[in-house]
Amino acid sequence: MTYIVKPVNHHPNLEKNSLGLTRRDYEGTISTLCAGCGHDSISAAVIEACYDLSLASDQIAKLSGIGCSSKSPSYFLNQAHGFNSVHGRMPSVATGANLGNQDLLYLGVSGDGDTAGIGIGQFMHAARRQLNITYIVENNGTYGLTKGQFSATNDQGSKSKYGEENVLAPIDLAAMAIQLGAGFVGRSFSGDKDQLVPLLKAAMKFKGFSLIDIISPCVTFNNHAGSTKSYDHIREHNESVSSLDFVPIGQEIKTSYKEGSKVDVPLHDGAILTLEKLSKKYDPLDKGLAVQSLNEAEKNGKVLTGLLYINPEVKDHAEILNIADTPLNQFSDQELCPGSDKLNKVNSSLN
Amino acid sequence: MSKLASINEFVIKFANVNGSGSASANQMFAKGIFRSGIPVSPKNIFPSNIQGLPTWFEIRASEKGYLGRKAGIDFMVAMNPQSYAQDVAEINSGGYLLYDSSWKREFHRDDINIIEVPLTSLCVDEFKNPKTRLLFKNLVYVGALSYLMSIDKDIFIGLIEEQFKGKEKLIAPNVQALEMGFNYAKKHLVGACDIRVNQKNLTDGMILTNGNNAGGLGCVYGGATVCAWYPITPSTSLAESYKKYCDQFRVDEKTGKNKFAFVQAEDELASIGMAIGANWNGARAFTATSGPGISLMTEFVGLAYFAEIPVVIFNIQRGGPSTGMPTRTQQSDILSCAYASHGDTKHVMLIPSDPKECFEFAAGSFDISDRLQTPVFVLSDLDIGMNDWTCPEFKWDDAKKFDRGKVLSKDDLDNMESWGRYLDVDGDGIPFRTLPGTHPEKGAYFTRGSSHDEYARYVEDGEVNARNLSRILKKFEGADKFLPKPIFKQETNASSRGLIYFGSTEAAMQESLDQLSASGFPIDAMRIRSFPFSTEVWDFIEQHESIFLVEQNRDAQMKTLLLSEGKINPEKFISVLCFDGAPITADFISESIIEILSDKNFSKTAEEIK
Repeated sequence: MTYIVKPVNHHPNLEKNSLGLTRRDYEGTISTLCAGCGHDSISAAVIEACYDLSLASDQIAKLSGIGCSSKSPSYFLNQAHGFNSVHGRMPSVATGANLGNQDLLYLGVSGDGDTAGIGIGQFMHAARRQLNITYIVENNGTYGLTKGQFSATNDQGSKSKYGEENVLAPIDLAAMAIQLGAGFVGRSFSGDKDQLVPLLKAAMKFKGFSLIDIISPCVTFNNHAGSTKSYDHIREHNESVSSLDFVPIGQEIKTSYKEGSKVDVPLHDGAILTLEKLSKKYDPLDKGLAVQSLNEAEKNGKVLTGLLYINPEVKDHAEILNIADTPLNQFSDQELCPGSDKLNKVNSSLN
Repeated sequence: MSKLASINEFVIKFANVNGSGSASANQMFAKGIFRSGIPVSPKNIFPSNIQGLPTWFEIRASEKGYLGRKAGIDFMVAMNPQSYAQDVAEINSGGYLLYDSSWKREFHRDDINIIEVPLTSLCVDEFKNPKTRLLFKNLVYVGALSYLMSIDKDIFIGLIEEQFKGKEKLIAPNVQALEMGFNYAKKHLVGACDIRVNQKNLTDGMILTNGNNAGGLGCVYGGATVCAWYPITPSTSLAESYKKYCDQFRVDEKTGKNKFAFVQAEDELASIGMAIGANWNGARAFTATSGPGISLMTEFVGLAYFAEIPVVIFNIQRGGPSTGMPTRTQQSDILSCAYASHGDTKHVMLIPSDPKECFEFAAGSFDISDRLQTPVFVLSDLDIGMNDWTCPEFKWDDAKKFDRGKVLSKDDLDNMESWGRYLDVDGDGIPFRTLPGTHPEKGAYFTRGSSHDEYARYVEDGEVNARNLSRILKKFEGADKFLPKPIFKQETNASSRGLIYFGSTEAAMQESLDQLSASGFPIDAMRIRSFPFSTEVWDFIEQHESIFLVEQNRDAQMKTLLLSEGKINPEKFISVLCFDGAPITADFISESIIEILSDKNFSKTAEEIK
């Protein structure tokens, strides 16, 4: 068998969320990725975020493309429908699914090969359309399943496991998404759960295109000295621009953030995203500054993480298309079929 | 000089410059004949160009109802000096040439009748704006033709009024241009033309429309809520028609919001991806494309086939291969659709032959796709899709309910002991599916294009995968009962020879069969309307000694498909192939067949087969 079911037994006194569910209720099958893979930490963060937000799994659709990253939706949210589509084309499938029913929460999981390589066109257009999705890129700079080729996010000068040097400049998915108009763009590190979980929660509550580019080291093919996507390299070069708290509707904002550095961003459903600017210069509501900061960081060999950009004003794809509030997959025959009287009128317009 | 004389049976062709506004005037002329009660088939023969290149518009009028294209022109309206030589050569002996005599010309044919109308001079005298002058030239010749062919001028005035409803200011000058041509002809061209239109009522209960308009409308009636598409000739107008009718019928009166989604995707890969995503969620969705788009979509088609997701794909075929002839017609994607995508795949195809069937097959395709949980191709072509056809009115039965196939509700799931997405419970190969968000604890599964077991779990067990592939084949083998049956033109196997055809060839077929009978070669004919083939198709082939297979492609693709799917002696088939990009003509079919049948060697071969 090529899937591994997790044992269902668990401790009777596990903590429960407001739906009466434990973290275990948000799990999936056992991961078949390499031990220590950054992607598994991301799956754990997704489970944590969904548990914290008390989300109903059946109201979530998890979609992916092809590659190691795209396998990971199997490893969380067993009660959510999943769709492992074709390589690089998850954004279009998610766009169609969203058109069919905009009430579900769409979680897209992709990798750097899937998104920055074969699927870059679909990624860009999904961002441009403001598809309402939380789009996670599990970014390890390498093609793992085919054994370690460079991907398009791999840094120039970074070395492969076999000593080969990458001669091409990388694509910065976060900078690209900001320029394309994505409403929510964050970057994080699979090894930084404290930053990643609130970022995921905020992204899931954001209505519009939310990208989280997560550096997720590949322990087998891209975690050696000379690689710029290894655990050690990222720990040394990580520069966080913000830390954030997601505050659901009606809850009091209680953060330890210093006065003066705090920014409250209201989301579509009334929840508040509270974030602390870690640098005085940084303003996540300023698109130009966000792009400029990313460029500067790249020059200095730093990896900027945190919430890089947010525009709470965006309209999502369904709103732009003026689609009815009732999901399209829920209309009856009578509501969809105009019937014979109207057909007769069409006939008389054609004779 | 002899003059061709005919009543209600003729071919008139307009040679124009692309972008000069001629198409709408020519369309109006065709409609004028249609409103006179005479069946017509206008065909727009246009270049892949926006402005400047030659473009033609052929109209065949036939009270016998012979509406296939016919080579040889009875009346030529030559408006384009670029193509004079070619246009003049096409005119039948005794036929007519109308040209803009503002600049006099010699045409070096003494067997045709030249009709001179100084179109430009008339317009220059009457209208000030240079653009208006150019546009109105077209209406001036429509007016002249109205007189020359005795078509009631009021019909055209009515058409102008309809066309400019809401822009009333434009009606008067248009009518003025029409009258100008009419009056000029009345004054100067008495008795110049013996081709006439005599009013009849042969178009009662008929409409004049194209397959793409009908197909888009059919999608609205079939309950499609998502159209994701990418512009490509000749399919674009199908998507646009869907939008047009949705704007009329699918906007909520209270909220002003849309009960549909219309998305122009970034490419064909995204458009079919979106259609698949929406169908996965249970919203009926389709895409419309042509050959090059099909090539791009094939990976996704394989996913939908293997993961068993409904999706409807309209392929309005054009001339291939590669970019080919984007504005010409062919039936050359039979194989690329039937077996689209890598691995073992076979797909349901519906093959309409006129706009009415485009409407019906479009509306019905969603039921078939939902029922079988598989992609369905609707294979139209440029001739049906973009040209107006005289066809029966659309009909709809209000008692009809959509067949959503085997979709489990929350109650269904509550009452089930166990469920497997790909379990063959009913023995028909068709499993039960669930939609996301249906039930809090049951029915979730992982949709994937990788090998999977009956419970949708990823497996690399060869036996399980083989079992799954066999079940999907079983589903396909039982598909024909949901599909349109072939149509026969025969008196219970009157002939030992059979003829098989499909799609837009229908327009030429009755005329061809009549010609063959008149030449002493009566032939039984069958029109294929779907794939997989039903027993009626195999029986017809079995019951005839030899079969002529008429196709509009080079490689006899339908023949290949029949041979690969059935147990047939290949010697039985004789192909009649037209692949020049122009709609096939009755003369071509009949002459090809008569030539073969008149050959003594053929009779011998036929004897041997017997």
